[in-house]
Amino acid sequence: MEHKKLIEKRLKNYTQNNMGNLKEELKAKIIETLNLEDLTVEDIADGDALFGDGLALDSIDALELIVLMDKDYGIRLADPKEGRAIFTSIQTMADYIEANRTK
Amino acid sequence: MSKNYYIESNVLIQNNKVISDGKELFSSDSEEFSNFSKTAYKHFEIDYPKFFKMDNLSKLAFLGAEILLKNQNLNDTDNDIALILANRSSSLDTDYKHQQSIADKENYYPSPAVFVYTLPNICIGEISIRHKLYSENSFFIFEAFNPEFLVNYSTYLLKSGKSKKVLWGWVEYFQEEYKAFLCLISENGTQEVNRETIKKLYTK
Amino acid sequence: MGNAVYISQTNCITPLGFDLKSNIDAVLNGKSAIQASDKYEMFPNVLLGEILDEEINRKFSALSIDYQFTRLEKLLILVLYPIIKDKKITEKSVLVLSTTKGNITLLENQNSAVSEADLGKLAQKIADFFGFTTRPIVVSNACVSGVLALSVAKRMLQFSDYKEAFVIAGDEISEFVISGFNSFQAMSDELCRPYDKDRKGINLGEAVAAAYLSKQKSANAVKILGEGSVNDANHISGPSRTGEGLFRSIQSAFKEAGILPEQVDFISAHGTATLYNDEMEAIAFDRINRAEVPLFSLKANYGHTLGASGLLETVISIEALHQNKILPSLGFQESGVSKPITVFTEFQNKEMNCFLKTASGFGGCNTAILFEKV
Repeated sequence: MEHKKLIEKRLKNYTQNNMGNLKEELKAKIIETLNLEDLTVEDIADGDALFGDGLALDSIDALELIVLMDKDYGIRLADPKEGRAIFTSIQTMADYIEANRTK
Repeated sequence: MSKNYYIESNVLIQNNKVISDGKELFSSDSEEFSNFSKTAYKHFEIDYPKFFKMDNLSKLAFLGAEILLKNQNLNDTDNDIALILANRSSSLDTDYKHQQSIADKENYYPSPAVFVYTLPNICIGEISIRHKLYSENSFFIFEAFNPEFLVNYSTYLLKSGKSKKVLWGWVEYFQEEYKAFLCLISENGTQEVNRETIKKLYTK
Repeated sequence: MGNAVYISQTNCITPLGFDLKSNIDAVLNGKSAIQASDKYEMFPNVLLGEILDEEINRKFSALSIDYQFTRLEKLLILVLYPIIKDKKITEKSVLVLSTTKGNITLLENQNSAVSEADLGKLAQKIADFFGFTTRPIVVSNACVSGVLALSVAKRMLQFSDYKEAFVIAGDEISEFVISGFNSFQAMSDELCRPYDKDRKGINLGEAVAAAYLSKQKSANAVKILGEGSVNDANHISGPSRTGEGLFRSIQSAFKEAGILPEQVDFISAHGTATLYNDEMEAIAFDRINRAEVPLFSLKANYGHTLGASGLLETVISIEALHQNKILPSLGFQESGVSKPITVFTEFQNKEMNCFLKTASGFGGCNTAILFEKV
């Protein structure tokens, strides 16, 4: 029982760390790929809106994110309109990638 | 060339220097255009993050226009300053980048942000958006700087009433070789638009 | 402003035919050039409007020319040839070329210098072939280039000593362009449906077209009444939500023409079948209160032929004007734009005098031009 709980706890930590790493990685990639010159990883909170009032990304940025998903994580969106929900924030992106990545 | 129109202002960007109306406004030791353009951007205190998404041709044209339009009292709806630009290489510098991105079928990820700049008139779009120029605009290709055509075309726009002012010029960028020569012309101004004046300003 | 300018001769080459007659007949009969293509490994079965290479080579070899020309150059020569062959080119003749990418396929060859694809070189080659002594003018302004080239030629005839202008327009399908539009998620996997509620994007096509402009008023000519080319100042790839640039371009054309919008018999629009473009156009046309003027797009017949589209579609529309036929808008079934529009799915016979041609493109550009029968 103890052992099982320990494994579960370790798995949870491992996933959270990975998730943490993934989110940092995403922030860095977005800054670089989208040429967000004045931003650093520290400036982007996990829950910040990527479109609209937050980072104010535009339609070309959205298309770039679709390419990024494919190139770096092997995820091809069946319908690009799905992108709207997935790209709401770093958190939603990371959640989706974690669940669907093939790379 | 016309006698009735005048150069309000001009700018020349080449060899890591920005020269306008006879004054050197900025110069940099940077060899690479991307560094030069970044330090110029900072020097002129331009607050426009989208600048960093642009390709080099657009950055070059944008910087030139920024200098010329700074004192123009622009508003949100009625800025009738035509943009008539030309070059030799079109958008080939960026075209090459896009072509590279589709060269390897195993690593095939063309970028929409690169592709959108594979048209030379996008630099005009960037300037229009920044300064809200709802105005006449055309991009031409010539094998060499053709001031006769550009001035005649621009003065037509003024004479016909299609435009109140015209920002015309040459913005050439290809593989680190670049030159931007832009003039703002209208009924007001200090120097008459004529062949000798243009030639002197262009070949500084 | 200056003397009137007329278009008295035109020609076009498309997958639907190597002359104007075969093209107008095909469009009147609702034919489409769009088919699944197996030419592009990375885009299997992509829908394209391709001109057959064998046809190009067959027609070109009939001209018995020794010199080496690229595929696009051959097409441009072929389309201009019938118009120019009986004319004497002088220092008052000018060539105006509209193209977005020109010989971009040369970049596929790693051993070619990138500068081989210079648009100025392309224009000069064509100009030299036909014996022009004046410098050719190249208009490269995204998808409005074909219409803008007509405006530029007309303006030149008004402000300079030139007596005549030969305007040619052309663009080829290439992996360069397909891969780019694909990255924009802009392409439809079905025949495109301009203005339709189920439209999902463009089909790409290729074509060349030509027009002869002068100040001579001849029997079969059309007069250019007015034109304008105003930017949206909104976004480099998305059109203005208020159709600002297109609306102002149309206003500028009417102002110059000195006619009222009521006098327009039909609108030959851009209609690429993307969600945003078609909606923007509907808004702009609504702002000039012309909901009841028949509107059509030729993009489902030919695909989007980029730098050729404006001139090709103008040439077809001029012929339709001469024949007093309102063209059908292929691909349309039910309106999917927020403003009322009048679109026919079969051609209509109607005595007509005047039409408006519009185009819009990346970079926020728009062009509008008005034509009238003489």
